[in-house]
Amino acid sequence: MPWPTIHKATAVPGPGPNMLDYTAARASFTWATAERMLDGLPHGGLNIAYEAIDRHVVHGRGGALAIRWLGGTGARDATYADLAGLTNRFANVLTNHGIGKGESVFALLGRVPALYIAALGTLKKGCVFSPLFSAFGPEPVQARMTLGAARVLVTTEALYRKKVASWRGQLKSLQFVFLVDAEISMLPPGTASLDEAMQRVTEEFTVASTASDDLALLHFTSGTTGRPKGAMHVHGAVVSHAYTGWAALDIHPTDRVWCTADPGWVTGMSYGIISPLVNGATLIVDEAEFDAERWYSTLQDQRVTVWYTAPTAVRMMMKLGAAMVRKYDLHHLRFLASVGEPLNPEAVIWSQDAFGRPFHDNWWQTETGGIMIANYAAVDIKPGSMGLPLPGIEAAIVIRSEHGGVTEITSPMTPGELALRPDWPSMFRGYLHEEERYRKCFVGGWYLTGDIAMRDDDGYFWFVGRGDDVIKSSGHLIGPFEVESALMEHPAVAEAGVIGTPDPIAGEVVKAFVALKPGFTASEPLRKELLGHARKRLGPAIAPKEIAFRTDLPRTRSGKIMRRLLKARELGLPEGDLSTLESDER
Amino acid sequence: MSDIEIRRTVIEILGNIAPESNPALIDEKADVRAALDIDSMDFLNFMSTLHARLAVNIPEADYPKLSTIAGAVAYLGTKLRA
Repeated sequence: MPWPTIHKATAVPGPGPNMLDYTAARASFTWATAERMLDGLPHGGLNIAYEAIDRHVVHGRGGALAIRWLGGTGARDATYADLAGLTNRFANVLTNHGIGKGESVFALLGRVPALYIAALGTLKKGCVFSPLFSAFGPEPVQARMTLGAARVLVTTEALYRKKVASWRGQLKSLQFVFLVDAEISMLPPGTASLDEAMQRVTEEFTVASTASDDLALLHFTSGTTGRPKGAMHVHGAVVSHAYTGWAALDIHPTDRVWCTADPGWVTGMSYGIISPLVNGATLIVDEAEFDAERWYSTLQDQRVTVWYTAPTAVRMMMKLGAAMVRKYDLHHLRFLASVGEPLNPEAVIWSQDAFGRPFHDNWWQTETGGIMIANYAAVDIKPGSMGLPLPGIEAAIVIRSEHGGVTEITSPMTPGELALRPDWPSMFRGYLHEEERYRKCFVGGWYLTGDIAMRDDDGYFWFVGRGDDVIKSSGHLIGPFEVESALMEHPAVAEAGVIGTPDPIAGEVVKAFVALKPGFTASEPLRKELLGHARKRLGPAIAPKEIAFRTDLPRTRSGKIMRRLLKARELGLPEGDLSTLESDER
Repeated sequence: MSDIEIRRTVIEILGNIAPESNPALIDEKADVRAALDIDSMDFLNFMSTLHARLAVNIPEADYPKLSTIAGAVAYLGTKLRA
């Protein structure tokens, strides 16, 4: 290993690590014990929002600060008692509008208070909550809300007009749209004011008697082909949220936790809302996007103790240098963690130098619902490694065999597919309406993650790459098919192939290869038109950053575009097995 | 280079990054990221293209000063005339 191991010999000021002895914790762990971190509903059952909010009020911690939102116009605070009342109001709004258990409530919002109130209020009501990233364009929004049969949408007037109004009539299930910021006299047709609806109801609500296997959250993720996949999560997932926040993020009730991920992605929901609240900590939320000086000020002024962010942000900070970090008083900061794509060893070493604390990389995905493999407060870090499986999680490296089974690879540092032994409380319970796709994820008693990794002699896991064509950009999965489909809607486009190309900051960025229909000629104005077309439909988070013209794209005999070949050529890598190539790129 | 020419260059580069929009029509003092739906990768691209086109060295710590069209024109003008 070229990078020195970071030893955890010296104690960090503040409360001691929750998990002092990883090996012992792993040996004695059971999920039944982890469940004892929670209360359960007073009359039986389990509800994420009750565990996140109400039980702390019951235990006399209602006055503790639950969330502080940092917006453009100053901070807004909510104690656990405030949050209990606000989420009860939202649940009552749903009741008043006849929304029943199991029906879906979508949010298309930035990190404003209404998003958090709607998420937790929806869970209290026993409805299914689905958050959408506000930088999605109208097409990803429509595709996801249609798949999820949205009954309610909570959004802003601007987002509604820009991303929903044009297609709303096509989605018959969508009955109520609540706007969080609109003037009552100026409401667009078919929408209502959330503020007004919240004022009309009381703060009293009895949490729905949900069971641990009742659906709670719907998170969309991307595959290689077809539509986005709706990963379904249940209320029982809160056992994982509680335990993984405690063990992997070292959250104590005295902590001030800042998870920079947007709740439109699973990290922002599991660790930017649920886990810190379940663990009784204070959540710091910043509505603004990345800006290094603002971030350091926030860490300093809000006395953040636990910070969970993404490699893209760490690399941007690294470019700005350690001197800028040292201008701030960050002595409160105790635990730094990162997720979304592998954190390069240089960044881990840099953080140790700049912050006096190393970043702890960890690994999980939408389907797992919570952290599966992690670097821990009291365990040595091998920079560049994603760490060790959590207590309760069995992970392995496998290869798929010809006969539809899998074989475990036991020799160290040999790449294979990362597999996990089902099940754990936050494991997804299906892809919405796609039973077959779900079943295919499980082979020979393992859940296959689609990620390629290796395991070393000491049991540390190392990420190698995706096993499929899915693109990982700034920690988010992007399905090439969704991008290709949007490009194909343009009258000039005959075919499109979309790949991820390496980027030092984002990990990968989206690049599209486009072949034109007869009568169209490749030109700079057309390239800009296609880029604009894709950005308008998909939004900046999904749209390609680069578009290149080709006369033809490489295809298999069955007519599928060979993205693998496009990528190998883009990167100057060996082209691999070309036996299925029917017509080549020109 | 005059402020008018700098402004034209800034708007042209933004128009190449977000061709679906018209940067000339947005509020000069609005954050281009919000006004033009530009994400952080697009913004880095904006900075590196400005650097390449105008041969102005823009330290990363100064990026926030260029987050509006007015801010970018003022910053680049000062640098170019220095």
